[in-house]
Amino acid sequence: MIDFSRQQLERYSRNILLDSVGVEGQEKLMNAKILIIGIGGLGSPAAMYCAAAGVGTIGIVDSDVVELSNLQRQIIHFTGDIGSPKVASATEKMEAINPDIIVKPIQVSVNAANIGSIVDGYDFVIDGTDNFPTKFLINDVCVMKGIPFSHGGILGFSGQTMTVLPKESACYRCVFHKTPPKNMIPSCSEAGVLGVVAGMLGTIQAAEALKFITGAGELLADQLLTFDALPMNFRKVKLQKNPKCAVCSEHPSITELQDEEQQDCDYQAGA
Amino acid sequence: MLYFLDITQARCPMTLVRTKLKLSQIDDGDLLDVQLLEGEPFDSVLRLVQQKGHRVKEIRKEREYYHVLIRKQSSVSSGTES
Repeated sequence: MIDFSRQQLERYSRNILLDSVGVEGQEKLMNAKILIIGIGGLGSPAAMYCAAAGVGTIGIVDSDVVELSNLQRQIIHFTGDIGSPKVASATEKMEAINPDIIVKPIQVSVNAANIGSIVDGYDFVIDGTDNFPTKFLINDVCVMKGIPFSHGGILGFSGQTMTVLPKESACYRCVFHKTPPKNMIPSCSEAGVLGVVAGMLGTIQAAEALKFITGAGELLADQLLTFDALPMNFRKVKLQKNPKCAVCSEHPSITELQDEEQQDCDYQAGA
Repeated sequence: MLYFLDITQARCPMTLVRTKLKLSQIDDGDLLDVQLLEGEPFDSVLRLVQQKGHRVKEIRKEREYYHVLIRKQSSVSSGTES
């Protein structure tokens, strides 16, 4: 049992008032460990809301530094952070939102060799990454280690997310078997995205994480939530665990993590 | 009027952003000569021109750079960006 200080009681009062959260739920949040891989468009709101909710330990992983073009949507980073590592910028804001929490900044690029030890010990993982190879890597390691996670992706005015409960519900590979061919992946110039779309989807991912920890409501398990902000349509697509899935089935063909070739932007000229 | 835009030093996606900006600043009927590298800049500028209904008057190569000569012509304008 946590002994809430008066300040904590006041800080978390709106959580505690909720029947589905209450004192027990708030305690669960304060004892929880959530890992957010990618502190960009999706990771920014997710990290801020997890900090605000009082998640006790929040790991944040990103190898990048803040760039000007990030600021349109990566809402945890400010103009003064340009040039700083994203994990440093994010840690500062998360601790300012809530000094109670512990932030573990991890400034690395995840790969097959390091992701296992990075995710170890966490209760839930939020995928805030922006490339297919890493999304598949996160899926595979979480399924292999039995760590529930939220998959998320955005483009243009659209977003999609699903929550994976390893071995219980459909995983990312059950649905999206492997990285699409290169010519199906948007190039940088086709990759515009409205900033708010990142906020919408990243916040939904944080909601799933908080619901998992507290046990509130129903998760987006065996469901893909998609939205298109232009008509503001939200849609749920039913998913099924694939009995022949390469990673989560009874006889998986993928038993080891592997790095796929990252699609680098081929077209960079000059400064 | 003939305008000139050099995006050989621009980094994707600023290649397209710069081209869009220049097109929005010139008038219908004006010509824009875009100097660019092959690959993404070339592909995305051509795609933009097609999508917006402008005319490609000429494509030529000068030394190591391509030039795409575009005549701006707005189709039914919605009043939003070009």
